[in-house]
Amino acid sequence: MNRRRVWIGLGLVAIAGAITLLVAGGLRENVVYFLTPTELEAKGAEVYGAPLRLGGQVKPESVDWNPDVGRLFFVITDGETELPVESSGAPPAMFSEGMGVVVEGSYREDGVFRSHNVMVKHSNEYRPPKEGEHPREVYRSLIDEEAGG
Amino acid sequence: MTITDLPQPNPGRARLLGTATLLVVAAGSAAGLFLVPADALQGEVQRLLYVHVPAAWLAMLSFFVVFVMSVLYLIQRDPKWDLLAVSAAEIGIVFTALALVLGSLWGKPTWGVWWTWDPRLTTTAIMLMIYVGYLVVRSFADDPEKRARWSAIIGIIGFVDVPIVYLSVLWWRTLHQPPSSPRSMAGEFVYVLLLNVAAFTLLYVYLMLRRYRLAVAERHVEELRLTRDDGRIT
Repeated sequence: MNRRRVWIGLGLVAIAGAITLLVAGGLRENVVYFLTPTELEAKGAEVYGAPLRLGGQVKPESVDWNPDVGRLFFVITDGETELPVESSGAPPAMFSEGMGVVVEGSYREDGVFRSHNVMVKHSNEYRPPKEGEHPREVYRSLIDEEAGG
Repeated sequence: MTITDLPQPNPGRARLLGTATLLVVAAGSAAGLFLVPADALQGEVQRLLYVHVPAAWLAMLSFFVVFVMSVLYLIQRDPKWDLLAVSAAEIGIVFTALALVLGSLWGKPTWGVWWTWDPRLTTTAIMLMIYVGYLVVRSFADDPEKRARWSAIIGIIGFVDVPIVYLSVLWWRTLHQPPSSPRSMAGEFVYVLLLNVAAFTLLYVYLMLRRYRLAVAERHVEELRLTRDDGRIT
């Protein structure tokens, strides 16, 4: 009786392991949270107008933010392909040149990615400020936003 | 097996551990809030790291304990493994929810969104659902033995998602950053994080002792009720 239970226990663990391998194996290939500019360009006309996410770095010196009309323009790059991104609304406080970003929107026929949501992908690096360096208080922009500033 | 056979933790020792836990948690919070400077890039918000990471660690530790206790239960059919499993599951749910809420609060000022369906966040939400489901299934079963058996099966199969949550940031493209390491973090930050991980781990052991004691008492009441209602339809 007890031996049977050991086998049931081991069997369940084996099933759990098999599910992990199958799910993970299947998902590993298919889960794509965002496309890179190179992948998006390769798809081209196939994905015009479809809602998707695009991830890469903000190309230095490409950012053009017009606060009067709330229009943001920048070039996103994966080091290989560059694509222009146009977005409405203010970017998150941590948005800056060279920063990783994921944008939600769609790719249009004119080759511009129109985004309605810019998200900043920060790294896993943390360090204290250097002498004379003042950290930005990123949450402040939220408080100001609430206050209508 | 009757309830009187179930081992009980020593209440005096549990109290002592509770006091020690309180002191270490207070020290960890003080260190995270005042001892180290805030991150150069993110500012004060980054201090959430010292609670968010330990909470996520406890969630995964809890569900690993559920897994081990479930296997032991199926092999030995000793109710104490079942009661330890449900104790761990409840604690895991609390800390999964805490990690999700703190992550959301951290995400808005840094990422720009409270939530996004990236693989790390999605698999974590699934993990929460699995263990909430575990508790729901338990509440459906009237027979303690059947309840223990069903939930042990969920405790084993459901654990599948836990390593996937951890590996999601390494396997897939995510908005969530990969795990920090001593190489990606300043030394003083690492020490404070480790102190808080230790504090939360102590808290876990303390909560387990308390919750298990409660589970034994609940089981006792249930057994008395079952004996009283024996042969009667309630």
